[in-house]
Amino acid sequence: MDMDTDTDSAPPTMQTPPPPPPLPPRPPRRSPSGGSLGLASPGDALGNLLQLQVAPATTAVSSIDISTLSFPDGSRGTFSRTASRTTTRAASATASGYATPTHDTLGALGPLSARVNLADGSDSMSLMSFAPTLRPPGDLASLVAGELNRKSPAWMLLRSQSATVQPFETSVERGPSTTSALAGFESEFDDIPDRSAVTADEDRLALWKAKLKHYMILSSAGKPIYSRHGDLGLVNSYMGIVQTIISFYEGAQNPLLGFTAGNARFVIATEGPLYLVAISRLGESDAQLRSQLDALYMQILSTLTLPTLQNIFVHRPSTDLRKPLEGTESLLSSLADSFTRGSPSALLGALECLRLRKSQRHSINNAFLKLRSDRLLYGLIVAGGKLVSVIRPRKHSLHPSDLQLIFNMLFASGGIKAGGGENWIPLCLPAFNNRGYLYMYVSFFGDESSPGSPGSARNKPAAPREAAEQPHPPSSPLSSDEGQAEQAEEDEIAIILISTDKESFFELKEMRDSVAHQLAKNGSLAIIKEAVRSGRPSVAAIAPGVQISHFLYKSRANVQFCMASLDQPAFGGGSGSIASSSSKMVARRRLMSLYHELHASMHAKHSHLKVLHCVGDAAASLAWITPVFEFYCVAGPNISRALVTQGANKIVQWARREEERLFIIGGGVF
Amino acid sequence: MADSANGPKPSSSVKLVLLGEAAVGKSSLVLRFVNNDFQENKEPTIGAAFLTQKCNLPTRTIKFEIWDTAGQERFASLAPMYYRNAQAALVVYDLTKPTSLVKAKHWVAELQRQASPGIVIALVGNKLDLTNDGSGSGGDAESAGGDDLGDARKVSTEEAKTYSEEEGLLFFETSAKTGFNVTEVFTAIANAIPETSLKSARGVAASHAAGRAEEQRVNLNGPRDPNAKEGCAC
Repeated sequence: MDMDTDTDSAPPTMQTPPPPPPLPPRPPRRSPSGGSLGLASPGDALGNLLQLQVAPATTAVSSIDISTLSFPDGSRGTFSRTASRTTTRAASATASGYATPTHDTLGALGPLSARVNLADGSDSMSLMSFAPTLRPPGDLASLVAGELNRKSPAWMLLRSQSATVQPFETSVERGPSTTSALAGFESEFDDIPDRSAVTADEDRLALWKAKLKHYMILSSAGKPIYSRHGDLGLVNSYMGIVQTIISFYEGAQNPLLGFTAGNARFVIATEGPLYLVAISRLGESDAQLRSQLDALYMQILSTLTLPTLQNIFVHRPSTDLRKPLEGTESLLSSLADSFTRGSPSALLGALECLRLRKSQRHSINNAFLKLRSDRLLYGLIVAGGKLVSVIRPRKHSLHPSDLQLIFNMLFASGGIKAGGGENWIPLCLPAFNNRGYLYMYVSFFGDESSPGSPGSARNKPAAPREAAEQPHPPSSPLSSDEGQAEQAEEDEIAIILISTDKESFFELKEMRDSVAHQLAKNGSLAIIKEAVRSGRPSVAAIAPGVQISHFLYKSRANVQFCMASLDQPAFGGGSGSIASSSSKMVARRRLMSLYHELHASMHAKHSHLKVLHCVGDAAASLAWITPVFEFYCVAGPNISRALVTQGANKIVQWARREEERLFIIGGGVF
Repeated sequence: MADSANGPKPSSSVKLVLLGEAAVGKSSLVLRFVNNDFQENKEPTIGAAFLTQKCNLPTRTIKFEIWDTAGQERFASLAPMYYRNAQAALVVYDLTKPTSLVKAKHWVAELQRQASPGIVIALVGNKLDLTNDGSGSGGDAESAGGDDLGDARKVSTEEAKTYSEEEGLLFFETSAKTGFNVTEVFTAIANAIPETSLKSARGVAASHAAGRAEEQRVNLNGPRDPNAKEGCAC
C-alpha cells in the first residue's frame, strides 16, 4: 500500500510546480525498525535501485519540500515534492514511469488499509521515515524481495511498459477470483421470478439472498412498504426480523444505526414513522448508504409530502403505505438501482451539466428568461440527463437532491418519456418545501424541426447513442436494458417548468412552445444536440499525454461535477472491448466502487485529508480536496505518483479554465 | 360549422379526459390512438399527460385534446381540474378485474354530477386480448365469456352494456394491445359530440348524446333527442 497524506498547509507558493517527482514507496506501517536505511538483501541491482528510491524518503520529510499550488481565489492544494537532488537520483527509476516497486503486494491491501493507516497516523508525514531497513516480517516484504529477485531481466523489460497497464486490467484477466466483491453483480438487477410451480420458494430465496444490495422500507409498526428485490410475500418474514431488531433498540432509547453480518453491512435510517434499511455487500460506507436511504425517503416525501405521511400514521399506525405510494415503486427502484450501479451524481451529491460555451449558455438562458411565464417558479432545460439551463427566482435556488428526484423521474424510470405528450405532474420537492406540492410541466423535445408539436416528441426512434458518443466505431451491438435505458437517457432533451399554481398548465405550455421556437430559431437546439452527441470529453482530449484513465471533478461552490468519458476498455466501453453488457456493468461498478472508497476515506469523520494517493494491484487512484473542488481520479496500477499528480494538476487546471463551460454558475435569475 | 378554419373541412377542438382505476390501460389506449403503438409493462402515469390527435370525420375534423390522467387514488383529488369543461370522457375499466368496473361506475357518477352537463361519456372495457374474444377481428365482441377455460374475462359484456344503456353511455370493449376497437371509440365520441357544443369550446346547452355503441350510426345533424338526464344547462 502506497499512500500519503498532506495534512498541513505548507509554506511558499508555487504557481506551477514542476512535475513532482515520485515519492518513494511507503512501507507498511508498523515497520519493525526506525530510521535506518537499507534493504535486507540489496545484493542485486534492483535492490539497489529500490534503495535509491527509498533513501530520499527521509529528505522529503522537511516541509521545504512541500509545495503548494494556489489558485486565484485563494484556495490551495498541497503536494509533497522531493527536492531536486532527489529527482536526479530517482530519475533512473522514474524514467520508466515506475516508482513504486512495492505496489504489487502492498497495494493488495487495498484502500482499506489506507484508512487504517490514516487512523493511527496522526502525524502522517512521519510515515515517510519508516523505511524498510530489514526485511519486514510477514509476507509483504518477502514477496517484494522475492518477486524482484526472481524476475530480474524480464521484469525490467516489463516494467518499462508497465505504465500503460490500464486500471482493473489485471482483475479483468484474472477473472472472478479477484473480483469476488462483485461476483454475481451481472444478475443483480434480474427479477426474482414470481412464485410458481416451476420455482420453489427455496430457489427464489437463494436468488434473493444472492443480491449484493437490498433496500427495504417498512413502517415502524412492521408493515412492509417496499423491497427492491423479491415480492413482499417472499421477504415479509425478513422484514419482520428487521423490525424486531430495530424496535428492540428503539425501546432501549438507543436507536440502532447499523451493524455488520458477514460481509454485509446493514444501515438503518429512522424517519418518523418509517424505517429504511440498506443492506450492502458492495463496500460502501455508512455515510454513503445513509445518503442513499435519505434519497429514497425524499422520493416518498416527494410523492406524499411530510404532513400527509405523518397524518397517515398518526391516525392509523398500522396503515399499509403501499396503497398511497402505488405506482411509485418504479421510481424507488430506479433510484435504488442507480445507487447500486454506482452513480457519481449521488456519490458527490452534485449534478452534471452539459458542456457548452459561455455565450451559448447565455443565449439559452436569455431566451428562457425573456419568455418566462409569470407563474413560473423554476425553469430547467435538461439534455441527456445533464443540466443545460436553469432559471430561478433570485431568492430561491434549486437543491441538488430535489433535482436528483426529478432527473430520476424523467430519465431513469420510463414512466414519463414512454407516455409521450406533455406531462403535468404534482410533486413535492422536499428540500424546497416538504409540506406542499408544486406542479411540474415536462415535455421532451423530439427531432422536431417545427417546434410546437410536442406530441411528436416520442415518435422519434431511439437513435443509436453509442455510436455518436464514441470517437471510435461502436464496440458491439450488444446492449442490455440498462444500456438502452442509458442510451435513451442520453439523447433526450426535456424542458421542465415548475409552478406553484396547479392551473397554470396551458400558460406553461405556451411558454414551452415559444421557448422551443426561439431555441430552434437561434440555433441553440442544434447546439445542445451537438453537445449531447459529442458526449463527455476523454482524458486524452482534456490533457494529452496524461495517463489518468478517468476522473471526477466536483465544483463545491456550484454543487456540480464533471467527469471523463467512460468509453474505455477499462470501464467496459470503447472499441477495444468486446465487452458484453453485463461485464460492462461490472466494470462500471468496479470503477465506482473505487470512487466510493476514495470518497469514504476523504470524508471519514476526523480525517481532515487533502490529498490521498492509493495504489492497489488493480489501479492507482488519487483524491484531492480543496475548499473549491473535490477531485478523484483513477489510473493504471503502475503509474507513479508523480505522473498521477501531474495529470491531476493538468485536469484540475483544465476544469478551472473551463469552469464556465462545464458548470452553470448561478443560472438565469429573475 | 360556420366557423371553419383553413382546411376544406371545418375543424374543432374537443377536450377529452380519460379516467379509471390504475393499470386498466388508459395510457395504452391513448398511445394506440395517437401513435398506433403499444408498450408492454408500461410504467404508471404520474400526474397527467396531455396529448392531441386529429380525428377525421366525413364532414369535419375533430382535434382531440386528451388528458390522460393517472389512476392512483392519490391523484383523484386533481381529477376535477381535468374533466372540468371536458366535452368527452373515456371511463376505462379492465375486463379481467371486476373492481375496476366498480371504480369506473364511481367515475361515471362523479362526471354526471360535476362535469359539464353535455359531456359525452364512453365506457370502455379494455384488455380484450386477455379474453377469449380477444382474437376476434371484426364486429362485436358480443359473446359473454366469463367462465370459459383459459379466459381471463371477469366482467361480462352484458353487465357493462346494460349499465351503459341505463346511464346513456357509449360502450366498447377494446384491446389497446391489438388495437381492436380503439379508433372506433374515438370516432364514436367525435360523432357523438353535438355540433352546438363545438362552436363554443364549452358544452353550453348541449344535449346529452346517448349513443348506444353503434358508433357509425350516430346522427351528426342537430342535437340528439333529449332523453338524457342532463338535457339542458342554464
